[in-house]
Amino acid sequence: MPEITKLIHHYLRHDKKFPHVWCPGCGIGIFLGALIRAIDRIGYEKDEVVLVSGIGCSGRLPVYVDFNTLHTTHGRALTFATGIKLANPNLKVIVIMGDGDAVAIGGNHFIHAARRNIDLTAIIINNSIYGMTGGQSSPTTPYGMRSTTTVYSNIEQSFKISELAVTAGAVFVGRGTVYHAKLLDSLMEKAFLKRGFSVVEVISHCHTQYGRQNRLGSAVEMMKWQRDNAIPVEKSLKMRPEELEGKILIGVLVDRELPIYQEEYEKIRERAKASAERG
Amino acid sequence: MPLKSLQSSFLKGTFYLSGNEASAEGAIAAGCRFYAGYPITPSSELMERMAFRLREVGGVFIQMEDEIASICAVIGASWAGAKAMTATSGPGFSLMQEAIGYAAFTETPCVIVDVQRAGPCTGQATRVGSGDMMQVKWGSHGDYQIIAFSPWSSQEMYDFTIKAFNLSEKYRVPAFVMADEAVGHLRETVRIPEKIEIWNRKKQKGIPPFGTEEADGVPPMPSFGEGERLLVTGSTHDALGYRKTDDPEVHSKLVQRINLKILNHRKEIVETEEYFLEDAEVAILSYGFTARSSLYAVKGLRKEGRRVGMMRLKTIWPFPDEKVSELGKKVRKILVPEMNLGQVAGEVKKYVTCEVISFNQTNGEIIRPEKIKEELRKIL
Ligand SMILES: Cc1ncc(C[n+]2csc(CCOP(=O)(O)OP(=O)(O)O)c2C)c(N)n1
Ligand code: SF4
Repeated sequence: MPEITKLIHHYLRHDKKFPHVWCPGCGIGIFLGALIRAIDRIGYEKDEVVLVSGIGCSGRLPVYVDFNTLHTTHGRALTFATGIKLANPNLKVIVIMGDGDAVAIGGNHFIHAARRNIDLTAIIINNSIYGMTGGQSSPTTPYGMRSTTTVYSNIEQSFKISELAVTAGAVFVGRGTVYHAKLLDSLMEKAFLKRGFSVVEVISHCHTQYGRQNRLGSAVEMMKWQRDNAIPVEKSLKMRPEELEGKILIGVLVDRELPIYQEEYEKIRERAKASAERG
Repeated sequence: MPLKSLQSSFLKGTFYLSGNEASAEGAIAAGCRFYAGYPITPSSELMERMAFRLREVGGVFIQMEDEIASICAVIGASWAGAKAMTATSGPGFSLMQEAIGYAAFTETPCVIVDVQRAGPCTGQATRVGSGDMMQVKWGSHGDYQIIAFSPWSSQEMYDFTIKAFNLSEKYRVPAFVMADEAVGHLRETVRIPEKIEIWNRKKQKGIPPFGTEEADGVPPMPSFGEGERLLVTGSTHDALGYRKTDDPEVHSKLVQRINLKILNHRKEIVETEEYFLEDAEVAILSYGFTARSSLYAVKGLRKEGRRVGMMRLKTIWPFPDEKVSELGKKVRKILVPEMNLGQVAGEVKKYVTCEVISFNQTNGEIIRPEKIKEELRKIL
């Protein structure tokens, strides 16, 4: 077994029965590799990591790995994670969501988690569609595209998840694709190490639902599209708006410092205690 | 005097507290160290008291973006090892239902105080009602059990909040204090004893956290970060937590157990109180604030020599079926006054053969003793 496969195996729940739920060629598996490599490089103990997810193909990921797992309800993963992190700040809490999970049913939680700046990492696997439920449109399905609920064409505008996270106040926001696996590895590592609310948006492909309905070809062809349409943030600065039309910016979109919830909370606790002691 | 700031985490002595404040103090005494909530009348004072008390005692208080977020944060905190609670009222309680099912199915201890107001919908936001008595039992989809208490005083807001935490920890189940606006806002004396009995969840390394040999057992519950690398899911799961959604046997065994672990322990959980029942021909069955009016009415009629008595339900769920059924054998008629259209009366009818008369009032006001007296006279 090659070293890299051994590494992945080390982090899988072995008494957990594979085969997994994902379609052959799905991008979620590639992302899983990046997640494990980043955790391994940082050197977190398996036991201090908690993966929290909602419901969806993406949400199934934490079930397979040998960390602590809270597989919750659709859209609410961030709120469960908030409770975990505040009750035990020593845990490294990572939240994995699909695009529907994160910005449709969970959209309100997403912007509020970013605003609060609790020390969590939120990962959104954005495949532009509802994978698990069979290819209905999501808030990230682009205008003009098809899904089982937009059979002629999608007439709604789509969310840009990373930009939404920046505006809502996340201190770190990165976007990658499953094609750019090395970039993904480094974004994940940066996000995990960042104190505060960090976000990584992972552009992935759902060839069996989104790809099939829009005649975008196989998983490989969809990954080629990622390769050809992703522009590194640094490079984009030198490009004209027309050139950037329809492209996806990848890399670090924001990396900044804002007061962290837990640290602020600690100060309040001290004040409350002092005032209680004064009577 | 209502207290502004308190030194020790656990008060002792006699205090003058509203029901909502008393519940918050009960929670602190029971060891609650996490509260997540969203403001809503008539429960907000409970949240506000937790906001400063938890910070004093080193706990966590967070105001979330809605009630769904609140209950989910509570469940997360519980798996991280904290005793956790939230409080709400009608509309917020409705929003929480999916996650309550999650807590029941994942066997997560947590406490929810519902200070009921007159519904449906926004209804009479500041007025009293008790229209959530069935919702608390049946609000989430699927078959599950919960434990719910119905307090009639500030004292019981304190006592039942502690009981709710204790039983929630013992049985790994969501537990509810089904208050109403009148009890929540009532201000009266609360006596806090020197010693309080506290239960903590059982922990045992290496034991499956989601299954037991017995069909009605409660498995131990480790927390995240304690070396078990827990797998917690709201999908059907085996004793170790692994998803087994295609296995009919695993599903039925799990659903059976989360029901039986409560139903088979009804005797230990259920509490009722009896007044003047020895020779009663007609009984009132009452709960919550309404039981105060009921008792007043019963005492009044007793003075006139009428043979009336009362049973008060302190526990609503699991339903005190045996006690109610015995009552049904003792008396000719049972009157059930409620600030809803007969929710508990319907349940009573399941267990008795005598006549059950449902007396309802849904106008946002408490039921006055005179009205209950009048009803009793009609059926005596
Ligand atoms: C409250 C609720 N509504 C609807 C569903 C059904 N449902 C399951 S997954 C899903 C959407 C999945 O799409 P996404 O979040 O984008 O994740 P993906 O499967 O594409 O990874 C929906 C609508 C649910 N589980 N719960
Ligand atoms: S349905 Fe789409 S997202 Fe889900 S596993 Fe298959 S390819 Fe992946």
